[in-house]
This record gives sequence, C-alpha cells and structure tokens, in this order.
Amino acid sequence: EADLEERLVDLDLRSDSDIPDVPPLTDSTPEILKRALSGLSARWKNWWIRGILTLAMISVFFLIIYLGSFMLMLLVLSIQVKCYHEIITIGYRVYHSYDLPWFRSLSWYFLLCVNYFFYGETVADYFATFVQRREQLQFLIRYHRFISFALYLTGFCMFVLSLVKKHYRLQFYMFAWTHVTLLITVTQSHLVIQNLFEGMIWFLVPISSVICNDITAYIFGFFFGRTPLIKLSPKKTWEGFIGGFFSTVVFGFIFSYFLAQHQYFVCPVEYNSETNRFVTECEPSELFQMQKYSVPPLLQAVLGWETVNMYPFQMHSIALSTFASLIGPFGGFFASGFKRAFKIKDFADTIPGHGGIMDRFDCQYLMATFVHVYITSFIRGPNPSKLLKQLLILQPEQQLSVYKTLKSHLVEKGILQPSLRG
Amino acid sequence: NLQESESENKLDGETASDSESKSEFGGSPAVPTSDDTPEVLNRALSNLSSRWKNWWVRGILTLAMITFFFIIIYLGPMVLMTIVMCVQIKCFHEIITIGYNVYHSYDLPWFRTLSWYFLLCVNYFFYGETVTDYFFTLVQREEPLRILSKYHRFISFALYLTGFCMFVLSLVKKHYRLQFYMFGWTHVTLLIVVTQSHLIIHNLFEGMIWFIVPISCVICNDIMAYMFGFFFGRTPLIKLSPKKTWEGFIGGFFATVLFGLLLSYVMSGYRCFTCPVEFNNDTNSFTVDCEPSELFQLQEYNIPLVLQSVVGWKTVRMYPFQIHSIALSTFASLIGPFGGFFASGFKRAFKIKDFANTIPGHGGIMDRFDCQYLMATFVNVYIASFIRGPNPSKLIQQFLTLRPDQQLHIFNTLKAHLVDKGLVGDLEDA
Repeated sequence: EADLEERLVDLDLRSDSDIPDVPPLTDSTPEILKRALSGLSARWKNWWIRGILTLAMISVFFLIIYLGSFMLMLLVLSIQVKCYHEIITIGYRVYHSYDLPWFRSLSWYFLLCVNYFFYGETVADYFATFVQRREQLQFLIRYHRFISFALYLTGFCMFVLSLVKKHYRLQFYMFAWTHVTLLITVTQSHLVIQNLFEGMIWFLVPISSVICNDITAYIFGFFFGRTPLIKLSPKKTWEGFIGGFFSTVVFGFIFSYFLAQHQYFVCPVEYNSETNRFVTECEPSELFQMQKYSVPPLLQAVLGWETVNMYPFQMHSIALSTFASLIGPFGGFFASGFKRAFKIKDFADTIPGHGGIMDRFDCQYLMATFVHVYITSFIRGPNPSKLLKQLLILQPEQQLSVYKTLKSHLVEKGILQPSLRG
Repeated sequence: NLQESESENKLDGETASDSESKSEFGGSPAVPTSDDTPEVLNRALSNLSSRWKNWWVRGILTLAMITFFFIIIYLGPMVLMTIVMCVQIKCFHEIITIGYNVYHSYDLPWFRTLSWYFLLCVNYFFYGETVTDYFFTLVQREEPLRILSKYHRFISFALYLTGFCMFVLSLVKKHYRLQFYMFGWTHVTLLIVVTQSHLIIHNLFEGMIWFIVPISCVICNDIMAYMFGFFFGRTPLIKLSPKKTWEGFIGGFFATVLFGLLLSYVMSGYRCFTCPVEFNNDTNSFTVDCEPSELFQLQEYNIPLVLQSVVGWKTVRMYPFQIHSIALSTFASLIGPFGGFFASGFKRAFKIKDFANTIPGHGGIMDRFDCQYLMATFVNVYIASFIRGPNPSKLIQQFLTLRPDQQLHIFNTLKAHLVDKGLVGDLEDA
C-alpha cells in the first residue's frame, strides 16, 4: 500500500496534497436571512437556511411548471449549462490549467456543437410543420448530421493545432474531461427534454420521486438511523434507505393519481403552428384512464376492498419510484466518490446550504436515462412525426411502393375501407 | 524509423512539467520493447545494416498486411465483420493497457473485469441495434430473439447499470482518483473505438465499396505522403510530427484523389462490391446481388472547357460514384491526418513510442488505424446525408407497430403528399 502511495506521488497528476485547498466557500446567504437568523446557534442556522432554500427551490419548480413546457425546456437547458460549467471548472482547478491556450473556448465550443446536434434531432421532429415552411431551415434539417459533424471536426482540428509542447498531457486530460462531462450532462439533459415532450407527468413524477427519496431517506435516517449503508457516504444508513424506498413508492403512487387526472400533465406536448405555441390537449391514452383492478386476496383482508379504481400509469409509477430509491442513490454515491477523489466539498456554492447545481442533480441523471429507456421499451412505439418525416424524404418510387404496402395492410386490418373503383 | 524516433524523443526533451514524470519512465519503460520480428526474417536480413533492415521489415509487413486485406475481402462480409470486431477488441485492449501503465493501476480491484464488462455491454448494445435492422425476418421467427430485440434497449441499459453499480461499490478509499481516471479512460476509449467500428460495419453493409475505398484512400495517403516527403520534403508541416512535410501533404493529396478515382472506376463494375449486403433467409447466408443503383451506372459527363484542351476529350464516361470518391479522398488526405496528429500527441503526452508492438516495424494495431477512425465516421455521415435516404422496409416495420389512429393519420398525410405530386390519382385507383 505504501508503494502505491509512492507511485501516486510520482505521477504528474500531483499528490492529493497538491490540489489547492478549496477556496473558502464564500457565504452567499442573502443578508436578510442572516439578520433574521442571527439569534440562533450555528447548527440551527444551517438547518434553517437549508430548509428555506429547499422550499424556495420547490416553489420555483412549481412556478415553472405552471409557466409551461417552453419554460421548462429553457430551465433544463440552463441547468445543463451550469452543471457543465461546474464540472469543467473543477477540471481546471485540478489540473491548474487556467493558462492553457484555447481551452476555455474549445470546451464551450464543444458544448455548443453537441447541443446543436441534439436540439436539431429533437426539435426537427416536433416542429415538422414549422420547419416545412421555411427554406433555410429545411436545408439545415436535411443535412443536419453532416453540418454537426463538420462543426465538431472543426473543434477537433483546432484542438490538435492547439497542442503545445509542454502541456500535451494536460491538454489531453482536459479534452477527455470535457468529453466525459458532455456525455454525462448533455445527453441526459436531452433525454429529460424528450421525456418532457412525452407528457409532463413523465418529467414530474421521476424528478419528484428522486427529491422525495432524498428527503424521506434523510428523515428516516435522522430518526431511526443505525446501520451504515456504504463507506462512501457515512451519513447514509440502511434504515434511511429502506424507509425512503417505501415512502417514495407510496408518494409516487399518490402523486401520479392526482396528476393523471389533468390533461395538462398527461398529454404529449405538441407544437401548434397556427398559434405558435405549445399545446397539451388530447384524448388521454389508456394509461391515464381509470380502470378497475381486483385487489389480490392478501391485501383484500387488509384494505377491505375487493376492487380498486386506479390508473394503469400508477403501476408504472411503482417501477419509476423503485428505480429512484434503489438505483438513483448510486448516482449520488458516484458523485460523492468523485468529490472525495478530487478533494472538494461541493461542486460549487451556487445554492447556499446546498452546494452547486450539480449537487442537487447528481441522482437525477441516472433517473432521466432510465425513464427514457423505460418509455421507449414499454410505453410508446416509434415517434409518428419522425416516421412521417422520413417517409417524406424517400424517393417518389419508394414512397409509392410504401404507400401501396401500407394501404393493403390497413385494408386488411379493416382500418381503411377498401377503395371504390371507377 | 529508429533514428528518427530517437531524435523525436530528444525533441520532447526536458520540459518543466514533463520532467517530474521522467523518473517514472526511467526505471520501468511504459511498453516493454521486445523484438517481435520473426526468426526467419531476422536471419534473412542479418547481413544488412540496421537501417535498411528496418526498412525491409516495414516493407515486408506492409505487403503482408495488404495481402491479408485482399484475402479477407475475398472471403466476404461475414469474415470482414469478424475482422473488424477483432481489430476493435485489440485496439481497446491496447489503449486500456496504456492506461494501466500510466496509472500503475494493475492492482486496482475489479478494474480489468469492469473494463472488459463495459466493452461487452456497449458491443452488445450496438450489435443488437444493427442486427435487428438487417436480420429482421430472422429475428422475428425465433421467439427468444424476438423478445431480446423488443426490449433490447432496456436490457442493454440494465447491463450497463450493473457495471456502473459494481464500479461504485468497488471504490476503495485510497484509490478514488485512480479509479475515476480509469473509469473516464475506459469510457473515452469505448466512445472512440467501439462506436466507430460499428460505423465501419454500417458502411460495409451499405456496400463493400464504401468500406474498401475509404480504407484504401487512407492507406494510400499514408504511403504517398511518405514517398513525396522522402523525395521532395522540405517544409515541416506541424510541430507534432516533425517527419511530415507540406510537400508530402500536398503530393499525397493529389495522388490519393487520383488513386481514389481509379480504384472506384475499377470497383464500380462489380456487383459484389456495389450492392448492399443482405441476409438471405432461405440460404441463411449473406448475399450481394442487386440491380446496381444509378450511382454505379456509367454516365456521360461534359468536361469543363478548361480541361478539354488539356485532355482532348469532349465528354467522358464515368460512374457518379467517382465524384463521391473525390470527396472521400479529399477528406482522407486533408482531415484524416489530424487523426494521426491526435494519436502522435497522445503518444508524446504519455511518453510512449508506439501503442503496442503487435506488428513488427509498425507498432500496434492502433498505430495503423489511428487515421481510419475519423474516416469511418465521415463516410457514415456522408452516406446518411447524401447517398441513401431512410430504409423503406425499416419504416414499414416501425409503421406496423403504431396504433391504428396514428397509422391512419400517417397514411392520409402520405396520400395527400403523393396526390400533390401527382403520383396518385384522387380516386383510389393506385
């Protein structure tokens, strides 16, 4: 073990003691709060700050939901940019690479490229009618992949040209750091947006489940906590973990019941080209229509009911809450390990009492990917508007043959009436 | 060559930030430098001086590799796919081994297992996606395959998550940073190596010509740039690779474009190269048989007036594909080398001479393939953007999984579009 330590020191990655101490976290608590809480002892003061900020964040969350899908998209985008910025800043600090030529510009450039690529792929599908009307946009959409690739390549070549003799290794590390960060933050923020477009409920229930799990696991741990869960996070306990699991499942179940009743949450977000706004109006799919379920005999004795009216979505919410409670925390452990590896207390100090944005969102990322995979595997089939877009790009002869195949299929299934000749 | 690489190491020199890592390589070289050259060659060349010997070894191995390339082309798509997969695994192994060497992380618990596990997961995901598209009918017939393909993404994600959780559980107190570095290293390597090898396979399925012409152009550019540099080289091109010169770069460019034109002309005449690879359900084998698309049918082109006087012809018969080959060769000569510079920079950053020493005289597999990777992605993006549209049969498959009301909506929109274009009469008599 001592040998490994020696070898670690040799690496130009510098031993842990060389990492500059985290600059004393500037206290960003607003003056008002400070004065109001000046009477209390330091421990309770911290509690109150955390509590107030939690409520503030939840209120902002509700406000934005009320404002609609477009604002939510913007919010997700801002969070993504901030998370990216936080992680890249940590990289700069670890590698003392403030002075590397070009690197700041290149990191932001890559962020722009990857976002352009992803937004082009998603936006083009949903805004098909909007895009059809404008010539320049059509060109951009048709050759979207090629343009994105060309933009990325430009960045790649700039990176190669910017390699400076003394700093090769540093530059490669920052290049890799940038790419892994892009992989984590940008791809998953786009999955969040795709979930959102599927219906706000697919955005709200997972996020709330993760938040609920965080809070209830903490509360259970506070009151009943005894057996430590994992060395990485000494504050977590098995009691908190299991208690959090059950509470989150119940919470998800009840929360989905309320949300499933409103079209605003349940319908896929669509863009109405006439009013130039997002609309959420539709015939709720069968997932969101009440159905009678027979209660299994075991529970009948407990509950006293024979059947229960539930939305099928509530069954899915159990799967989502289970994931949020059992696997979501691994995202948190990963972030804890990361912070210990690089000797930082928090990703940043954007939110007083809580740390950086990334600190709040570390568990969310795994969740977003899971929800997306869940939706594509179990809920919806392929996206109809995307399919239509691809059909319209085909060669005329191909379109004609596809048309005939589809027609015969639909007639066979009785969905379309056979044509009247003559 | 040996002499040049020695001077390269001296150029690297004692730089401030690199010097502190010098000690780690003084004692234990990053890559063991055993002489891999087979005994036979050693004896045959024992008389020549060491410089010419190296030349001969490189030359012979180059010819051996090219011959091997031809043999596997002859053997067909299935063998090619297997070779691509082997190359991918070897490249992954080489880069991960470098990571182990750099971070002295042989002793990290679990890490070897986890790296290979992630490689398996990502390959499973990609092969599943490709196989489902191309082997659709085969997959639908067999019940277990059908379920695997329907829930493919979910299964792949679950497998990946297992690896992720294992990684988190394997974090050991003293080695957090090392473990995170290796995790990052593994993922970047997967991103580079695995995704691009799958793009190569996609290109292959489009038609063997889309696989052979780009690879040959990169190889040709390598060789031509070297020769032009050898005979005419004077102005250095980039500090990263002191051996490269502008004369070699430009000469290589023109030579490669010409080579691409000629090679495409020869290949476009044969169906086995130009037809998309398909899986025949009855014979359970790959077939390359089709009506050649218009890309591969000779057409008359008017020669621009400028060239008419030079060449003396008014029109020329060419395959449209040859025009595309100019684009491919241009990319191979102008942008492809950046992949090589990237790899050179990487080798200097980590103070290694070669990625490995699998091929005597040439280094590792990765050394030969560093320029190919950018090329594979470019060809794939090029095909998707300019050549083929979406696959009609795939679209029909997706259509069949939609709900009836969605199907009707799409059908009506398509019909309206076709009526607009005059392809279908208003009365349904199409």
